[in-house]
Amino acid sequence: MSRPRSESEYLARLIPPSVAAAGLSRRGFLKGTLGAGAAVSLSSLLAACGGGDDDGGGGGGSASQEVTFGSNQSDAVPKKAYADMVAASGLTVKTNVVEHEVFQENINNYLQGNPDDVFTWFAGYRMQFFAAQGLAGDISDVWGGISGMSEALKKASTGEDGKQYFVPLTTYPWGIFYRKSVWEEKGYQPPKTLDELVTLAKQMQKDGLIPIAFADKDGWPAMGTFDQLNLRINGYQFHVDLMAGKEAWDSPQVKKVFDTWRGLLPYDQEDALGREWQEAAQSLLKKESGMYLLGMFVGQQFPKGKEQEDLDFFAFPEIDPAIGTGAIEAPIDGFMMRAEPKNEAGAKELLKYLGTAKAEDIAAKADPTSIGASSEADAASYTGLQKKAVEFIGSAESIAQFLDRDTRPDFASTVMLPGLQTFIKNPNDVDGLTKSLESQKKSIFTS
Amino acid sequence: MTDLPTAPATPAEAAVPRRRPGVRVRVSGTDRVLLFLMVAIPLVMVVLWVWLPAIASVALSFARWTGVGGLDTIEWIGTENYKNVFTNYPPFAPALRHNVIWLVFLFVLPTLFGILLAVLLDRELRGTRFYQTAMFLPVVLSLALIGFIWQLMYSRDQGLLNAVLGTQIDWYGDSNVNLWAVLVAASWKHAGYIMLLYLAGLKGVDPTLREAAAVDGASQVRTFFSVVLPVMRPINIIVIVVTVIESLRAFDIVWVINKGTNGLELISTLVTSNVVGEASRIGFGSALATIMLVISLVFITIFLSTVMREGRR
Repeated sequence: MSRPRSESEYLARLIPPSVAAAGLSRRGFLKGTLGAGAAVSLSSLLAACGGGDDDGGGGGGSASQEVTFGSNQSDAVPKKAYADMVAASGLTVKTNVVEHEVFQENINNYLQGNPDDVFTWFAGYRMQFFAAQGLAGDISDVWGGISGMSEALKKASTGEDGKQYFVPLTTYPWGIFYRKSVWEEKGYQPPKTLDELVTLAKQMQKDGLIPIAFADKDGWPAMGTFDQLNLRINGYQFHVDLMAGKEAWDSPQVKKVFDTWRGLLPYDQEDALGREWQEAAQSLLKKESGMYLLGMFVGQQFPKGKEQEDLDFFAFPEIDPAIGTGAIEAPIDGFMMRAEPKNEAGAKELLKYLGTAKAEDIAAKADPTSIGASSEADAASYTGLQKKAVEFIGSAESIAQFLDRDTRPDFASTVMLPGLQTFIKNPNDVDGLTKSLESQKKSIFTS
Repeated sequence: MTDLPTAPATPAEAAVPRRRPGVRVRVSGTDRVLLFLMVAIPLVMVVLWVWLPAIASVALSFARWTGVGGLDTIEWIGTENYKNVFTNYPPFAPALRHNVIWLVFLFVLPTLFGILLAVLLDRELRGTRFYQTAMFLPVVLSLALIGFIWQLMYSRDQGLLNAVLGTQIDWYGDSNVNLWAVLVAASWKHAGYIMLLYLAGLKGVDPTLREAAAVDGASQVRTFFSVVLPVMRPINIIVIVVTVIESLRAFDIVWVINKGTNGLELISTLVTSNVVGEASRIGFGSALATIMLVISLVFITIFLSTVMREGRR
């Protein structure tokens, strides 16, 4: 469920999945075949790994000794960018690169086995979950030496116990993206309200454009649409409580989100469930569709330079004046430290460096569809799109991460993902869907 | 697998034919060690990698566990996982239905087609080797690769099929058609496999049987159904078993397409998406896996009892 975060990462995805994921799919396939055996082969492994190999842990070490670094940036360009970034730290770092998807899928095993001192991860609940399990190290003292990070970023890096467990590197906003040249030619203006959005969409249909590009084959892009509508209709706090399982999914508030979404579906690109976001982004690039609600990584589909400069975006328009448009989504990628690292001093030194503008500049340059998290990042060398993103995130009142980063991962992937696809297939049974979501939520959030 | 029905019951019997009861057979020391190793190593492997995980998985299906932390963090919750699977998990019903459709479809279309191909190729047509190779080629490819190859046919915007038919059907994305589209792709592989098995069987049929039938005035069709097919009983059983196994383990082709969502749910993909991943529902996934195990056991029991009866005859 990860989004490619650079051009090369995307290019790597063009390799037939069967080839790229040969090892992965075969293993998954075996698990499917063995059926019953599958569940336990994993868990017994966990149990076996959990006990041993912790002898190296527990403080100690010094900044001059070797630090191990687990990276999920497996594709050529980000891999090199990360290597450059780490090399510029001046520390002795041994980098262990794991294939992107595999890294996420195995994070449980990885953290319970013998993880690297510092590893790549995501902010939000996805981070808090592992911090709460005692699998991540407290790095509150590192935050003492980090400057340029906003209060919101610090909050997103804080665990449920009030300590910091995460250092942000880059972020990118979600919004509605469009091509400036197309909009200028047709005289479109960014809509301020939902009604204006609908009017604009109708105009686009008249002009022979698909109003809103849409793809949900992978299941997560629709979560972005749900989040945007929910933030506009019910506000940031409701989003947080809903994701935490405190609000009911069959409440009138959630039903209103789905009802509003149903009103927009006629303007969405058809057959979204068979399309990947890259294909939808291509339709925006080819000027077949007018706009696309997605993260800024949509720009990875646009050739660098002129085409990428033609890309612009605006916040999802206002639905309820009382709620406004102050809440946005901007997922943060960054780093965590393992519990009881082998070289704690070195790990913290590395994290402190990764929280500086120097490290972020190297990363943001390699992938111009993300921006450095720190306010001290060198905005002067940013592209127009990056500059806009800085301003957009800077002026936001509250920043959500993303549905699958703000809630339990098992709920997001086994309940919300099929649930939202069901809605797209059959948008009329909102009552049945929300009732099912709530009842499944109850079965998962009990633990 | 082809020698299963006729294999001797135990290795000891094969090694020591016609021994008299009560007489101890002298086995030298090295032989003894060798025999012990030959039994012990596979036994340990089977117990360790098949039985223990299977039993533990059944046990875990009565628990709630995220897979994080030691075994003491497992919370035992009785049959709640099963209750949730049957009443509170919308993808389960379609998954079960799709597995059944998969089984029936594989029997009806590719198996019969494979038999037909085998019979035709057995007639030594000109270029029969070429046809054989062409038909068998997909069998060599993994199902995951087949899913990708057919993507080129099925793609909504760039696919061959829509271009030829002039349609706009979203073959892999429309949940009304994608299961059938995938089944056709899977059949492409399965038919070649069945063809090969039958071809081997047909070559083994004693030609004098056919001659005798021809002398008696039986038509070709009659000869096939009344003489050839009954003689090929062992092959028929293997084909049934292979088809059942193929349909139960169907996984990679749908996983490659959309990870088993949106009309392509299968029990195997549900197990995977619940167990493998970031914060896994080990207990819930184990319950799904156990259900799959029970279904498999039904077929395994039928197969084993047939084979054993065959062996006794």
